[in-house]
Amino acid sequence: MAKDELTILGRPESLSDNITHYCPGCTHGIIHRLVAESIDELGVRERTVGVAPVGCAVLIYNYLNVDFMESPHGRAPALATGFKRLRPDMIVFTYQGDGDLASIGMSEIIHAANRGEKFTVVFVNNAIYGMTGGQMAPTTMPHQKTTTSPMGRDVSLSGYPIRVAELLSSLRTPAYIARTAVHTPIHVIDAKQKIKRAFAYQIQGKCFSLVEVLSTCPTNWGIAPDAATRWVTDNMMPYYPLGTFKTPEEEIA
Amino acid sequence: MAKKLMKGNEAIAEAAVCVGAINYFAYPITPQSEVAEYLARRLPEVGGVFIQAESEVAVGNMLFGAACSGKRVFTTSSSPGISLMQEAISYMAGAHLPVVIVNIMRGGPGLGGILPAQSDYFQAVKGGGHGDYRLIVLAPSSVQEAVDLTILAFQLADKYRAPVMMIGDGMIGQMMESVEFPAKYQDPPLPPKDWALGGARGRKPQVIKSLFLDPIALEKNNILLAEKYKVIRENEVRYELYKVNNKNRLLLFAYGMMARICQTAIDELETEGISVGLFRPISLFPFPEKEVYREVLKDNIERLLTVEMSMGQMVEDIERCSKGKKPLGFYGRTGGIVPMTEEVKGAVKKELGLVK
Amino acid sequence: MPKQFEVTLAGFGGQGIMLAGQLLAYSGMAEGKQVTWVPSYGPEMRGGTAYCTVVISEGRIGAPIITQPQSVCVFNRPSLEKFGPMVKSGGLLFINSSLVDIASGRKDINEYLIPATDTAVKIGSVKFANMVMLGAYIHITSVVKFETILQIFLEKMGDKRQFLESNRIALEEGRKFVQ
Repeated sequence: MAKDELTILGRPESLSDNITHYCPGCTHGIIHRLVAESIDELGVRERTVGVAPVGCAVLIYNYLNVDFMESPHGRAPALATGFKRLRPDMIVFTYQGDGDLASIGMSEIIHAANRGEKFTVVFVNNAIYGMTGGQMAPTTMPHQKTTTSPMGRDVSLSGYPIRVAELLSSLRTPAYIARTAVHTPIHVIDAKQKIKRAFAYQIQGKCFSLVEVLSTCPTNWGIAPDAATRWVTDNMMPYYPLGTFKTPEEEIA
Repeated sequence: MAKKLMKGNEAIAEAAVCVGAINYFAYPITPQSEVAEYLARRLPEVGGVFIQAESEVAVGNMLFGAACSGKRVFTTSSSPGISLMQEAISYMAGAHLPVVIVNIMRGGPGLGGILPAQSDYFQAVKGGGHGDYRLIVLAPSSVQEAVDLTILAFQLADKYRAPVMMIGDGMIGQMMESVEFPAKYQDPPLPPKDWALGGARGRKPQVIKSLFLDPIALEKNNILLAEKYKVIRENEVRYELYKVNNKNRLLLFAYGMMARICQTAIDELETEGISVGLFRPISLFPFPEKEVYREVLKDNIERLLTVEMSMGQMVEDIERCSKGKKPLGFYGRTGGIVPMTEEVKGAVKKELGLVK
Repeated sequence: MPKQFEVTLAGFGGQGIMLAGQLLAYSGMAEGKQVTWVPSYGPEMRGGTAYCTVVISEGRIGAPIITQPQSVCVFNRPSLEKFGPMVKSGGLLFINSSLVDIASGRKDINEYLIPATDTAVKIGSVKFANMVMLGAYIHITSVVKFETILQIFLEKMGDKRQFLESNRIALEEGRKFVQ
């Protein structure tokens, strides 16, 4: 990375210069960058392996300069388990959306967390299926309209949205579970700290770490990007409180 | 090494350890749980990895992730469990990953039963998962051959960067026979695993994937797979003939444990003056297509008979390869019922018109 | 065809049926023969009827499961009812007469009534019934030597070596019933 007096912020080495395919106002790009910065700052790029999901981030391997494997839908935690167990010297992470992790892959994520697999999960929750075109997700808000809940999510038929961070922090084994957001600068700073902390725990040999990141989907929510950020604040954050649910230090205490 | 008396399941497990395949993922299912039970004790002794996964879906995908390391990895299961692994098998075939999967088959469809069957032939040989892929499929007919083919399976997986499946009926997993393992195993020359993931140190990042959104790129991958299967068809056909000679009136086709029972039937028919030979495919993919045709064409062969523990699956390949040159019959039992020697003899006699 | 011995052993789970079959198979192997041991598996293991078939041959073994075995040893009545009719004509049927109060009724086979369980209890434990039965079967067929069985017992069941002598007595007592 070229540095001179005029450069105040450059592209992290772990972030490629490919142009992403994400929609305007989508926060995947921000989260990718935070992951890349964390990997760079912890000095582990050359020993990091990512597991790509099925969903909007399916092409994440084009945007991060680390080794990658591309998983079947929802199975990223199983791939990460297999790889990390055989290569405990590597830093392994999965990057998964809400349909991938909280619906089709719920079994894999719970059991990987409960076994205490020593990898990191970046879980992006935007309350909808993005890539397949805006269908209802397990994290879709009550009354939220989607293509498969055109009258709004009816909790009497579909139940309430799943709070993944709370659910997983009810398990005894996992080391670090936190929820953050990236829709305002202050939240981006919080997200960076939490993502970096999750990777740092892995480097220290602590077990399973997961950061849930509240994200936006202006395209499928059917609203403008600026309205989407307000929607996170007004609708998602009251139901999905930000915070740190579990740390390895607590476990020791 | 001295001979040991071992259950098929345990012998398969030890054969894997023998070739350094010490990374194993599994979910318990009858009739192959002894493999996991054996390896749960054995792998810690050799510094291996054993995970009892939450499901066979997870097993398949743990294999996928583990195989990306370039180390030898494998699993064993039985029919319903293998169905759950089809997702990962398709992905691993598409991503050119070497893994070994053993199916100790039980009766289906559905939950079926726990007794021996050969009704997963189509699933193993013709697909099972989605997409244009094949598995190399091997079928042992004794515990010793299960050992030998397990060793071969790992070699072929590495040689072709492809998933290899070994299928045996429940009996071969449960029965005990004497076996020998190589005293000091050494791999034949195999290609380097420069595709494995291990961090982008001093090189560009590598990606292992089966996703090709560009149709030209996806077709290119399919052509690459097809070319690989062509080489496999040319080089990896395996079969055995039993008492095949120019006096045979009928040629039997059977694989795995069913072939053993056919051998006994052939021995007994011989004492009655009825000459029958056996063609036993060992590799089910690649199928011994030319060899079947060659044997079928022989003048002394009047009729063909396929015997399986299924309602008729391999028989379709025999039909395809014999090209209608001789009349082809089928005899099969299912549900865990194994066609016994007497039944095979009866079917042969009926086929030859010796009984009604 | 090469000389071949086939025997099906059947009884309740817990009567040592599987173990007796395995000792026989190990012994055959130790004496340089080809052997197969095929168990019933599944729910039978949990206390129902358990059976196994052992084939010991001078040559290559084809079918390891036999519709009409040359010999059958039954340890309880359900096993007699199931396997008694299957014994090959001219074959051998050994019945644990301590627990089975009927015979097969067949005239075309050689039938031996062995009070295996009662004899085992006299030796010291009901668990020796399988060895009493093996003693009778081995004496009639000469399939393997008693010494080989005992040697294999020591090798495979080293932690139970204090029972070696009782096993020897059980084999000998079994032999007496068919001498």
